Amino acid sequence: MAEQITELSDTKRAESLRVRLIPYIDRYGVLLLVLVMGITSYILEPEVFLTWRNVSNIFRQIAFNAVLALGEFIVILTAGIDLSVGSTLALAMMATAVLSKAGYSVPILLIVPFIVGAVVGVINGLGLTKLRLPHPFIMTLGMLNIARGATNLISGGVPISGLPDPVRWMGASDIKLGEGIEIPASLLVVVIAYTIIGLFLQYSRTGRHIYAIGGNPQAARVSGINVDRTLILVYGLCGMLAGLSGLLLAGRTNSGFPNAGLGQELDAISAVIIGGASFFGGRGSVLGVFAGALVIGLLRNILNLQNVPVFWQQVLIGVVIISVVYLDVLRRRAGSSNS
Amino acid sequence: METITPLIEARGISKHFGAVTALEEVNLSLMPGEVLGVVGDNGAGKSTLMKILAGLYPPSQGQLIIQGQPVQFSSPKDARDRGIEMVYQDLALAGNLRIDENIFLGREQTRRVLGFIPIVHHRANMRQAQEHLERLRIHVKSVSQRVEELSGGQRQAVAIARATAFDAKVIIMDEPTAALAIKEVGKVLDLIKDLRTHGIGVILISHRLDDVFYVCDRVMALFHGRNFAEAPLGRTDRNEVIGWIMGNRGQTAAAQELDLN
Repeated sequence: MAEQITELSDTKRAESLRVRLIPYIDRYGVLLLVLVMGITSYILEPEVFLTWRNVSNIFRQIAFNAVLALGEFIVILTAGIDLSVGSTLALAMMATAVLSKAGYSVPILLIVPFIVGAVVGVINGLGLTKLRLPHPFIMTLGMLNIARGATNLISGGVPISGLPDPVRWMGASDIKLGEGIEIPASLLVVVIAYTIIGLFLQYSRTGRHIYAIGGNPQAARVSGINVDRTLILVYGLCGMLAGLSGLLLAGRTNSGFPNAGLGQELDAISAVIIGGASFFGGRGSVLGVFAGALVIGLLRNILNLQNVPVFWQQVLIGVVIISVVYLDVLRRRAGSSNS
Repeated sequence: METITPLIEARGISKHFGAVTALEEVNLSLMPGEVLGVVGDNGAGKSTLMKILAGLYPPSQGQLIIQGQPVQFSSPKDARDRGIEMVYQDLALAGNLRIDENIFLGREQTRRVLGFIPIVHHRANMRQAQEHLERLRIHVKSVSQRVEELSGGQRQAVAIARATAFDAKVIIMDEPTAALAIKEVGKVLDLIKDLRTHGIGVILISHRLDDVFYVCDRVMALFHGRNFAEAPLGRTDRNEVIGWIMGNRGQTAAAQELDLN
């Protein structure tokens, strides 16, 4: 009786070493990829790559995708998907631009993208849970079209440019840290958003429930977790972050344009997957997602510096996605040999 | 025996799904420290009855009585609050979470930072999970292992640990040994025997009569959604119970009927 359920002691030592390494590769593999890409970029372009100008440029360019990917990550944690984030971004951005043109005050303009994003997200969540649509793919695919259409409806399909400076601040300005050292304000926004969401997922009960739902929704349900309410919150958060992303892009481009974020949901999903999150839910970290967004940004940057045509960039990002997920498959196979 | 109140009693439970009758006038009672085996063929209504006891389904008719008090459950949470826990056939564990997180899932302890933000107290949960596993004499390398890293028997042990972590009075187990390797079956059955010494009542659904005869005090058979037969383990045998599952009265029951006549 004293030695009831002991199993791991008699698994083979060599096996368990490999199994023990898996979580580390799991967690830090993508950071390794970032490092390799950074070193490669430095070797290829020693003069340009590590200048403040280039580095802050990379962060400025990835900021809005990084925020979009952060929202997408929370959804993918629940084994869901949100295809509407690109359109939500556009709607939030355009709503801000339209209201700006109509003369609304700065505080309102700063809140509007969050509200628009959250409302779109909550509608996604309600559609998913209350209408019981078979998969989040359906609801958010519908929303992709609805939000894009709404963007064109409120703007008449034409771009609106010229936003007040405070509205542009997050997306466009730089923060001086010292002589010649400036970081883009958007990087600060990204860091704050990632920190808050990271702490939320790790330390709040709801955050842990989000992981549980991704791991086994049935287990979550019988443990008394309100799965529907949690999902509505998750999609709402994702929409809200898409709104923030729209605000960043509006600031950077000083405008709202109807085609903003077209196809951007795919870049966001790519960043999440490259960052090590599992498409089947319950796995991944915000640090990984940030690294995933960085990988895409670095790839674009170095290929631009090398004058590689943009079409090849697309091909290469596709190759990276497939390779990274293949590594995940290998990892899973190694993991399941344990049981 | 009459002076002891049953932990749980089901009286005249019926359950209809549309035109289909899954249960008809079923009675069940469970004493403290008793292990009751529930047997029956597929579709006999075992799982439906257990889901009613665990608060997953409301009964169409009949009454649930817990320690003498009539109750109505509207969700598994209600049942858990009254000390009735279920260990599901598929275990209902989240493989991506740590052992302690699974044990405390939905009931995480929190502490406050800055005086008002509640955060999950991971350290306290891990410590208490560790202590609880030790009380049940379940050994794992570390509570911070993810459940998917565990063997089938260890997972079953974690599911049982979760069911017993919060003063459970009744634990319902749906085929706890069905998915296990043979050498793990004995460990889980010993764990069930251990629960009995803590005064917990256990309802065990199993197709494996070896399990039933090893661990149960009493066995009860359902047939076509009705009570068919029941007996203390000492007064029946394997062949008779197999007969009950197939809807045949055994010699013992037949003999009793003769006595009545």
